[in-house]
Amino acid sequence: MDLTVVWAFIIAFAVFAYVVMDGFDLGIGILFPTFQAGRERDRAMNSIAPVWDGNETWLVLGGGGLFAAFPLAYAVILPATYPLIIAMLLGLVFRGVAFEYRWRDPGHQRFWDLAFTGGSLVAALAQGMTLGALLQGIDVVGRAYAGSWFDWLTPYTLLTGLGTVAGYALLGSTWLIWKLDGDEQAHARKLALRAGAATIVLMGAVSLYNVFLNAEYAERWLSAPEIYWVAPVPILTAIVALSMLRAILKERNSKPFWLGIALFFLGMSGLGVTIWPYAVPESVTIWEAAAPYRSQAFMLVGVALTMPLIIAYTVWAYWVFRGKVGHEGYH
Amino acid sequence: MLENLDALLLARIQFAFTVSFHFFFPAFSIGLASYLAVLEGLWLKTGKSVYLDLFKYWLKIFAIAFAMGVVSGIVMSYQFGTNWAVFSDRAGPVIGPLMAYEVLTAFFLEAGFLGVMLFGMNKVGKRLHFAATLMVALGTFVSAFWILSVNSWMQTPTGYLVGANGQFLPGESWMEIIFNPSFPYRLVHTVMAAYLTTAFVVGAVGAWHLLKDRTNQHARTMFSMAMWMAAIVTPAQIFAGDMHGLNTLEHQPAKVMAMEGHYQSHPEGAPLILFGIPDSKAKTVRYAIEIPKASSLILKHDLNAPMAGLDTIPDDREPPVPVVFWSFRIMVGIGFAMLGIGMWSLWGRVRGTLYDLPWLHRAAVLMGPSGFAAVLAGWITTEVGRQPFVIYGLLRTADAASPLAAPAVAASLLAFVLVYFTVFGIGVWYILKLMGHAPHPGEKGVKRGDVGPIRTAGITPGPTQNPGGEDTLPSEAPPEREPA
Repeated sequence: MDLTVVWAFIIAFAVFAYVVMDGFDLGIGILFPTFQAGRERDRAMNSIAPVWDGNETWLVLGGGGLFAAFPLAYAVILPATYPLIIAMLLGLVFRGVAFEYRWRDPGHQRFWDLAFTGGSLVAALAQGMTLGALLQGIDVVGRAYAGSWFDWLTPYTLLTGLGTVAGYALLGSTWLIWKLDGDEQAHARKLALRAGAATIVLMGAVSLYNVFLNAEYAERWLSAPEIYWVAPVPILTAIVALSMLRAILKERNSKPFWLGIALFFLGMSGLGVTIWPYAVPESVTIWEAAAPYRSQAFMLVGVALTMPLIIAYTVWAYWVFRGKVGHEGYH
Repeated sequence: MLENLDALLLARIQFAFTVSFHFFFPAFSIGLASYLAVLEGLWLKTGKSVYLDLFKYWLKIFAIAFAMGVVSGIVMSYQFGTNWAVFSDRAGPVIGPLMAYEVLTAFFLEAGFLGVMLFGMNKVGKRLHFAATLMVALGTFVSAFWILSVNSWMQTPTGYLVGANGQFLPGESWMEIIFNPSFPYRLVHTVMAAYLTTAFVVGAVGAWHLLKDRTNQHARTMFSMAMWMAAIVTPAQIFAGDMHGLNTLEHQPAKVMAMEGHYQSHPEGAPLILFGIPDSKAKTVRYAIEIPKASSLILKHDLNAPMAGLDTIPDDREPPVPVVFWSFRIMVGIGFAMLGIGMWSLWGRVRGTLYDLPWLHRAAVLMGPSGFAAVLAGWITTEVGRQPFVIYGLLRTADAASPLAAPAVAASLLAFVLVYFTVFGIGVWYILKLMGHAPHPGEKGVKRGDVGPIRTAGITPGPTQNPGGEDTLPSEAPPEREPA
C-alpha cells in the first residue's frame, strides 16, 4: 500500500470536513447582516456557538497534516499565497472572538456582529482564492516558491473566491433551515435559493475556466477514454444541484443541508480529478512532496487510533445540541 | 542582501510577536481548565454551592480566554509555512508528525467537549458535564505535551538522520525524538508555570474582592485555594527550574553563559552576577554586583569548579547576551516574589488571619499578572538563548526563512500588531470587567441571550436587555436552576 496516496486522501478528507463544517459557520457569518438584530441573529449564532471551535479544528488538521505528510507542499504553497493566508488568519481572529465578545458588550454588539461578518467574508474569500491560486499553478525553483507576492491575484482566483463565498452562504442558509423555524426559517429558505443559484452558476464557471486554463486539465476532462471515467462527476453534480433546489422549494427540513454537502463533495471530487497526482499542480507531485515512510506510518497509527474517537465525540456534541435552536435555550 | 536581512528580521519579529501573544492564553487556560475541573469535582463531591458558583464565575472568563487562545493558535500553525518555509521543508518529517498528534489528541478533544462544557450542563446532566470539563482540561495538558516536545526537539535535537535533500528524517525510534533530552524538564517547568500563572490570577481576583468585603465567602474560597498553590507549587517550580538549568548547561552551555553573563571563562570558580549591564562589544558585564564563586556552586555544586565562558564560543554561535541576561533575571525575580507570597500566606494561615491581612491581599493583587510576565521572560530566555539557531547547532535562523519580500512581511507584521493589540486588548478588558464583578451565590453560567420559551418563563431577561445574563441582576436574585 502506498502511504503517500493514503495521506493524500486523509488530507483531502480533512479539507473536505473543514470546508463543509466551518463552511456553514462562515456562511452564517456572511449572511449575518441580513438577519434581524435581536432574536434572529441570536438564534443563528446560538445554532453554531457550541460547535464552531470543533469545526475550525479541521483547518488545523488540514494545515498540520500537510506540514507533516507533505512538508514541501506546505513550504511552497504558503509563501506563494502569503497575503491570502494572513488575511484568512486575521479574518478568523475577528470571526472567532465575535462569538464571545458580542455577548459580553451589549453596547457594541452591532460592531462585533460586523466583525463576525467581515471576518467570515474575508476568511471565505481568502480560502477560495487560495484554492484558485493552487489550481492555476505556482512557480517553483528547487525546493522553494519562486514567484512574486501578488501572483495569486488573477480574475480566475477572484472567481474561485466568489464561488467559495456563495457555497459557504448556501451551506449556512441550509443549516439554518434545519435549525430554525417560523419566519426565520422562511427567511433562511429565501437566502438558500439565492445562494444555491449563485453557487451553481459559479461552480459551472470555475469548471469551464479550468478546462481553458490548462491543456492538461482539458485533456483529463474532455478526451477519451478519460471522459468516460470522469463524466459521472458533472452529471451527478447537476442532479444533486437540482434536487437541492427542489428540496428547498418543497420546504424540507434537513434535506437541503445534506444535499448541499453532497454538492461540495462532488465539487471537491472534481478538484481531486483535476489536480491528481500533484500536490502543487504542474510543479510538485504528491510523491515528490511526501515525507518519508517512517513519518507517514507513525502518523497513520495516530489517525487510525484517534479518528474514530474524534468522529464519535464530534457526533455526540452535535447530538447534544440537536433540534431547533432556542426552544430549549442554552444555559 | 540587505533586503533579505530586513525580511528576515521582520519575520523574526513577527514570529516573536505572534507566539508571545499566543503564549499568554494557553499559559492561563491550561491552569484555568484544571481549576475548573477541580471546582466542578468539589461541587459534585461536597454538594457545596460555593464551588458551583465559582465554577460558573470562572467559566465565563475561560470562554473568552479560550477563544483568544484558539484564534491566535491557528495563526501559529500556519506561520511555520508562511514565514519559515525552509525550516518547514527541512524539519517537517520530524516535527510535523508531533504537531499532527497534537491536533489529533488535544485540539479536537478540547474543541469537541468545549461546547458541552460551556453550554451543555442542562442537556447532559452533571456527571457527563464533569466528564466534558475533564476532557477539556486533559486536552490543554496533552497539547502542552506535544508542542513542548516539538520545541524541545528544536532545542536539543536527537534521533534524526539527514537525508540527501537536506531534510531531517526520523531515525530508528520516535521515542528518541519525542523524549529528547530537554523535553521532560521543559514540560514540567512550563506546565507548573501555567498552573502558577492561573493561581496568581485567581489569587488576585480573590484578594481584590476580599479587600472590598472580607466576609465574601466566594472570594475567601478562591483566595485560599490560590494561596495553597502559591505555597506548594512555587518551591517545586524553583526546584524544577534549577534542574532545567542544569539540563541546559549540559546541552546548550552557550545559553547558560548568556544567562549568567559569563563572557569570560573562570578556571577557579565563576561568580554569580546578580545585576549588571552586559556589554557584548566589550565582552564584559559593567557595574556587576556579584557573589564570588556562587555560580559554580549553583551549577556545579563546587565552589572552585571551572566554568567556561562565551570566550570559548565562536562569535557567530553566540546568543544575544543582554536580552537573555535580563529576561532570566526577571523570571527568577518574579519566582522568588511568588515564593514570598506563598510563605506569607502560610504564615497567615497558621495564625488564622489569612483573610484579615490587607497588605497580603494588596500584594496578591499586585502579583496577579506576575505569572504572565514570568512565563514570557522565561520563554524569551530559552528562545533567544538558543540563537542564532532555530534547530540548535543544525539550522541557522537566518537560513530558515521563506523567500518573501520585505514589504510583504512588513505589511503582515503591521496587521498582526494592530489586530492583536485591538482585539485581544478588548478581550482582556472584558475579562477584567468580569473579574471586577464580585462572585456571589447564584452565579450565572455562560449565558447566550436565551431565546425561545425560556425567556417567557420569566427566569431570564431577554437578550436585548441583558445579553450577558448576570451584569444587571442583583445578587439576591433567585439562584439559577440547577440541572436536573
